[in-house]
This record gives sequence, C-alpha cells and structure tokens, in this order.
Amino acid sequence: MSMPMAFGYVSPEQMMADRADYARKGIARGRSLVALSTRDGVLMCAESISKTLRKICEVYDRIAFTGAGKYIEFEQLRMGGVRHADFKGYYYSRRDVDAQSLANLYAQLLGVSFTHETKPMEVEVLVTEVGETLTEDKMFHILYDGTISDRQNFTVIGGETEAVHARMSDTWQEDAPMEDALRRTVAALAGEERTLTSQELEVGFLDRSLIGGRTFQHFSKEEIDEILNS
Amino acid sequence: MGEWPPSFGESSLAVNSSLAANIPHATTVLALKCRGGVVMAGDRQATMGYQIGSRSIEKVFPADSHAGVAIAGAAGQAVELVRFFQLSIAHYEKLEGTALSLDGKANMLGQLVRSNFAQAMSNGLFVTPVFAGYDEETGVGRIFEYDLTGGRYEENDFAMAGSGSTHARTAVKLAYSVDQSTEEAIQLAISSLFWAADEDVATGGPDLVRGIYPTVATIGADGYEQVPESKVMEHFNVFMEQQGRSALTQQHTSGKEATP
Repeated sequence: MSMPMAFGYVSPEQMMADRADYARKGIARGRSLVALSTRDGVLMCAESISKTLRKICEVYDRIAFTGAGKYIEFEQLRMGGVRHADFKGYYYSRRDVDAQSLANLYAQLLGVSFTHETKPMEVEVLVTEVGETLTEDKMFHILYDGTISDRQNFTVIGGETEAVHARMSDTWQEDAPMEDALRRTVAALAGEERTLTSQELEVGFLDRSLIGGRTFQHFSKEEIDEILNS
Repeated sequence: MGEWPPSFGESSLAVNSSLAANIPHATTVLALKCRGGVVMAGDRQATMGYQIGSRSIEKVFPADSHAGVAIAGAAGQAVELVRFFQLSIAHYEKLEGTALSLDGKANMLGQLVRSNFAQAMSNGLFVTPVFAGYDEETGVGRIFEYDLTGGRYEENDFAMAGSGSTHARTAVKLAYSVDQSTEEAIQLAISSLFWAADEDVATGGPDLVRGIYPTVATIGADGYEQVPESKVMEHFNVFMEQQGRSALTQQHTSGKEATP
C-alpha cells in the first residue's frame, strides 16, 4: 500500500478496497461490544480481559465513548473527544455538548485518516447519549473510513458482529430495566456454548435518573457480579 | 464632538484604581472540620465599593463529588476560577481514567490562584479561595487556605477567607472542638457568619425579608452535599433563640430612653 507505483498501476477502487479490508480484519480480531437503550439509561457491555485498559469511557455529562479494534488508536480518538467536549462545555455551556457534534468530529477524523494516512485506523467507535426518554437516546456508529450512521435500540461493534447482532435482536426488549437488560446482553455476547463471568466483562452505564449532572458510571467487577447473580 | 476615541492616558489610571470598587466582591467564606469530614459555608452578599452588588450570590461550590471550593474576592474572577477548576478536575479524571488525589486538586487550585496574581496586583482583582475535601485514600476531611501568590497552606481545624474572615475566625475559635458533630459544625458555621456580618459591612447577614440564608455544604464519605435552605433556616432559628436570651440583645432593647 505504501508504494503502489512500484508494482505498476493500482486503481483507486482497488486501493480503497485494500484499505477497507485491512481495517476490517484488524477490527474483527477484537471482541464484541454492545450498546443498548434500557428503561433506566444507555447500557454498554463489552467482552474484555483487561482490568485497566478500557473500551467504555465517559466523555461528558450524558455522553459515552466506546471503541473496538486497536486500543491505541481508539484511545487517541477518545482523548480527542474528551478535549473537544470539555472545551465546548467550558466555552459555551454544558447543554451545548451533544453526541452528534462529537460523532461528526470522529467521522471527519476517520475519513481523513482513511484516505490520507499510510495506514487506515483499525477502529470502529460508538458515541452514545442518554436522553430524557428511551426514544431520545442517541447512538452514532462511526466506521474506520468515517462512514457514520445513527442507530436505535441497540448496536453491536467489533468481533463477531453479525452473530451477536442476531442474538441481540431476539433478546432486546423495550423498557427492560437495566439489570435485566445486562443479563440478557451478557448472554447474547456469550452465545449458547459459553458463559461469561464478570472477570471477562466491562460494563458502563449512562444513568437516566442522573440527567442534570454526570450520568456515566463504570461498574466494578463486584457490581457486575451482583447484577448477574441476582 | 467630545473626546473620541476615549483617552487611555492619565484618566485611565483613575479608572483602574477604582476598578476594584466598581465590580462585585464576595466576602466571607469558611470551612471547618467535624467528625464526619468538613462543613463549608459562605454568606450571600457581593459588594461594589459601598453598593450591594448582589444579595444572593453563591460562593460555595462543589469542586467534584468529594471536594468543595469557596471563594472570596473579585466575583467575576473568582467564579471563573471555580468553573475552570471544576473543569480541570473532571477533565483530568476522564483523560487519565482515575481521579486526582486531594493534594493534587489542592495544588492545582494554587496554580490557578497564582495565574491571577498579576490582576490582583495591578487592579486589585484578587481571589482567595478555601478548598476542602474528604480524602478518600485516608478517610479524613482536609482543609486548605491560599494567599494571593497561590501559596497553599493546609489547616488543621478550620480556614476562612474574605473581608469578614477575622471576625468569623474569632467566633469559630471560641467554640470550636475537634470532635464536633456535623450538626454542631453547621451551627457554628452559621453563628460565625452572623458575627462576621455583624462587624464587617461587606458580609451579608441572613435576609429574613427575602428569605436569603448562607450557603452551607457538608463533605464526608458520602460526598459533597449542599444543606437545604430550610435546614439552614432552622439552624438560624436555634441561633436566634440562643441570642434572644443573651445579654447582648437585651442591651439593645433597653436603656435607650435614658437620653432625652
């Protein structure tokens, strides 16, 4: 990819397809992550073996960031997003910080990086925002090439996306309480042959009842256990 | 035609020197330790020279979930300083994935105060905060005082700032006990603010007509919590009852008719 001319002509179509392939493979190597709307707020649940390296993070009062793919790359995006949001909230007001503007920023960054950099970023990110009601929750999915789409109810990124998505379709229920939704989501992530324990999970939550202040919570392993075993 | 553009010569010096008298200043704030952590309080008045700038300004703010900051000095600078302080703490926490230690926050506030030093010197727009928090690592309440240069001083028992702080300090000193309960500390904070307002014209007392009472907040293991106004009012009622029986108020209600 770095010196295509050395091997003769490569069509732009081929070059883009190669880059997309490269990025997709990198992302598929990781594990899946699910974000979903529940009665109590927006829940994010990822398979993760690391105790410290996080995929689910707070960005602002009502906004969370989740990333799949190469850690160092989505970590860069996350930090850029926190800076963007904090600056905007300080310069204007806290109410002016929204997920859409952040999602657009990510789309631009990823789009530019996809066509201009030597190597495309092997990441997929999801920006979630909790609303006053379930229908006002927002989820923006941004692909490695900057393709942006808004989702409702639930979204799966990274790993075996399709299989998990199919299982989530069967199990997702509108107005499910958070605890119930988490148990269902963990089952969907695991599939029939496996069971996932808290040690292999990372869970973040944007709590609808806390709107007005910082709503994000990152659950400890004990808190996850408590919910899964109840 | 008059003078346009306005001159920035000699006359601007006069403007500068009276600048401090023409913008709102916040006055007495304090923090005291108690058994469960710390109590912070501040009066609600801002003054511009001899004028009232505001009767209901807030001077005590949460810095984050387990710390608070109270401000005295030029209101505009001070409120902005608090906003930036709150932002910086949350920003650090989000970027690093872990919260700053209480010492880290106290030092950062010192840097912010220091960055305002030039304004304090040239225009008299000084800001002196009091910072208090519950140290989650050691499980104790801690209090910090600052000077104009950003010097940070940890206090053992209590700290004050603002024009009425001398009087508040004396009032606290006379009744303070290390082992007081949170309720007792609230009561002491309220009475000390009253005595500060009693001696210092810039400090506002309780406004019974408009129903404006000092801001009081508690910080303990459960975090920063503002005491509801109704509860502050109850504490004031207790204070007034105590004072009603004291010799001080009786002096004022009798003996005036003696002079013809």
